[in-house]
Amino acid sequence: MDASTASPPLGDDHAAALRKDRLIERWLMLSLAAPALLLVAVCLLVPIAWLFYLSFYTDAGAATLINYQRLVEQPSYARIFWTTFKVSILTTGICAVLGYPLAYFMSQLSQRAANLCMILVLLPFWTSLLVRTYAWLVLLQRTGLVNSWGMQLGLWSEPLPLVNNLTGTLIGMVHIMLPFIVLPLYGSMRTIDRTLVQAAANLGASPVQSFWRVFLPLSLPGLTAGALVVFILCLGFYVTPEVLGGGRVIMVSSRIATDIDTFLNWGSASALGAVLLLSTLILLGIASRLTKGLSVTGVGH
Amino acid sequence: MTSNRSRLGIASLAVFTAGLFAAAAGAQELTVVSFGGSYQEAQSKALFQPAAKALGIKIKEETYTSISDAVVKVKAGAVTWDVVASGSGSAARAGAGGFLEKLDYNVIDRSNFVPNTAQDYCVGGDVFSTVMAWNTKTYGDNHPKSWADFWDVKKFPGKRSYRKGVAGALEPALMADGVPPNKVYEVLSSPGGIERAIKKIKELKPNISVWWSSGAQHAQLMKDGEVDMITGWNGRFDVVAKDGGKVAYTFNQALLDYDCYAIPKGAPHKDLAMKFLAEISKPQYQAEFTKYITYGPTNKKAYEIGAIEPSYAKKLPSHPDNVKDELTIDLDWYIKNEEKAAAAYQNMLTE
Repeated sequence: MDASTASPPLGDDHAAALRKDRLIERWLMLSLAAPALLLVAVCLLVPIAWLFYLSFYTDAGAATLINYQRLVEQPSYARIFWTTFKVSILTTGICAVLGYPLAYFMSQLSQRAANLCMILVLLPFWTSLLVRTYAWLVLLQRTGLVNSWGMQLGLWSEPLPLVNNLTGTLIGMVHIMLPFIVLPLYGSMRTIDRTLVQAAANLGASPVQSFWRVFLPLSLPGLTAGALVVFILCLGFYVTPEVLGGGRVIMVSSRIATDIDTFLNWGSASALGAVLLLSTLILLGIASRLTKGLSVTGVGH
Repeated sequence: MTSNRSRLGIASLAVFTAGLFAAAAGAQELTVVSFGGSYQEAQSKALFQPAAKALGIKIKEETYTSISDAVVKVKAGAVTWDVVASGSGSAARAGAGGFLEKLDYNVIDRSNFVPNTAQDYCVGGDVFSTVMAWNTKTYGDNHPKSWADFWDVKKFPGKRSYRKGVAGALEPALMADGVPPNKVYEVLSSPGGIERAIKKIKELKPNISVWWSSGAQHAQLMKDGEVDMITGWNGRFDVVAKDGGKVAYTFNQALLDYDCYAIPKGAPHKDLAMKFLAEISKPQYQAEFTKYITYGPTNKKAYEIGAIEPSYAKKLPSHPDNVKDELTIDLDWYIKNEEKAAAAYQNMLTE
C-alpha cells in the first residue's frame, strides 16, 4: 500500500499493463471464437441478408414491393401464418406437458437407470425423420394399424380421422420434437439441489407446495430453453405437415415451395421468410416481456 | 511389405489416372434430370440408356421436383443439367421467362408429332391424362362416370381426394357444373370464370379429405384405400392396379396433357443435348416407353410401326378412341392466368 502511494507512476504502469493483458486475453478469446463466428456470418447472416435484399427487387433489378403487397392482398397468407404459429404453439404445449413429467421421472432415477432411459429417448433420433413420418402415416390412416385394431376390438365402429389433418400433424410433430424438450429439462432438473426440496418439507411444505414453490421455479430455465428450441424448430417444419397434414395443414415452409413453383423467383419466397423471421422475433420479444424474470434465452438465473 | 504396398499404390494411381484420361477423352457425358419413381425408371430403360448407347455417350441421371429447380440454377449461373424432363405447363412458363434454350427443329424431327406437343422450348415425350379414379371395392360396377358424379356425394358417398395445386383442378369443376368440355377454357377466360370453378370446388371441399401434391402420393392413397375417389395421372393408377390395388379410372372428360424435355439456358453440352432429344423423339423409342408405363407417344408414328400391341394401344391416353372423350390442356391459358388462378385456389384451400 505504501509503495503504491509512494510511487504512483509505477502503480499506473501496473494498472496499464493489467489492462493491456486483459485486452490481449479478450482478443485471444475472440480469436478462439472467430472460426465459429465466421461460419455463422458466411453461412447464415450473408445469405439471409441476400434473401431480404432479393425480396425487394424484381428479376430485372428494379425495386419493388410486389412480394409484400401480395402477402397483404391475398388472405391465404395471413391464414398460413396463423396455422404455422398455431401448430407450433400446440406442439410446444403438448411437448411440455408430456416432456416435463418424463424428465422429472428420469431425474429421480439412479444415474444408471436414467442413462438407460436417455438412450430410449434418443433412440428415435437414429432413424430418419422421413421414415418416422411415413411410419405414422401407415399407422394412422383409414386402413392403418390403429384404426383396424380399434375397430376389431370394438372400441369404435367407423375409422377415426387420425391423419391427413391437424391431429395427425400434431402426433407426428410431437413425436419428433419431444427429445428436444426432454434433454434441456432433464439437464436442469439434474442440477437442482435435492436438499432444497427436503428443506422445504422440513419447514412444513406439503409435497405439492414444495414442488410448485421450489422445484418448478428452479427447473423453469430448462423448460424455457426446451420450449423455445421446439417452438423455433416447429416454425420451419416442412416434411411432417406435408405428409401427415393431407394438404389441410399448410405451413409457411410449404407455401414457400409452392410460391417458388408458381412465380419462379426467389423474391416471392424470401418475402415469406422475412415476415416469418420478423413475426417470430416480435413474438419472442412479447414472450420475454411477459415472463419478465426469465430471459427467453433460458439463462435467466 | 512396404515396397509391395507402395507398388500397389503406384499401380492403383496409374489405373486411376488412366481412368481419368479415359473419362476426359470420352467427355461426352450428358446430365439428365427427371421426377424419379416409376416414371423415371421407364424413361431410363426405354429412352435414356438405349439412346446413350446409340449415340455412344454416357448419361448421368438425377432427380428433381420441378422445373423451378432448373430455373433457380439458371438464375444463379450454375447450370449442371443438360436435359430436364418437365410438365408442359411449367416448361412453357419457364420458356416464356427466358430460362430455356430454344429447340432446333432442324435437328429434332417433329413432323409426325401430335399437334402442339413440340413447342419452341420443350419437345413432348409422352402424353398422359389427368383422370378420375375410384376404389373398385367401394363402388363395384356402379362406379362414377363423369365429373358430375365425382361431385355427387349423395349418389356416390365416400371420401374424395383432389389436387393441392391449381394445374388441372379448375377444368373438372366447370365440367361438373355443366360446362361442355369444348367451352371450358372459354368460360375460364371470361370474367368470373375462375371464381365459378373455385365456388364449385368449395362446394365439394367438406368431402375432400386429402389434397394431394405428388404422383407418388395419389398412388399411395389409392393403394392403401385411404380415399374412395381421386383425381390423378393415369399411368400411376395402372401401376397401382398392377400391384393389386383396387383402382380403376376413366378417360371420359379426362384432361389430356403431355410431359416434355427441355434444355436449360446455358447447359454445358447444349448441342449434344439437342442430338439426344432428336434421338429419343424417334418413334421406336416412344413406342418402347409405353411398355413400361401407360403414357402415350407424342410421335404419332409410334402407333404405326407395329411396336405397340393394338389392344394395349387402346389403354393409352393419346389413342384416338380415348382422345375424343378428353379435353386437351390449354397451355396459353396457363401462361396467362396461372398466377391469378393459383392465388384464388390458395385462398380457397386455406379458408
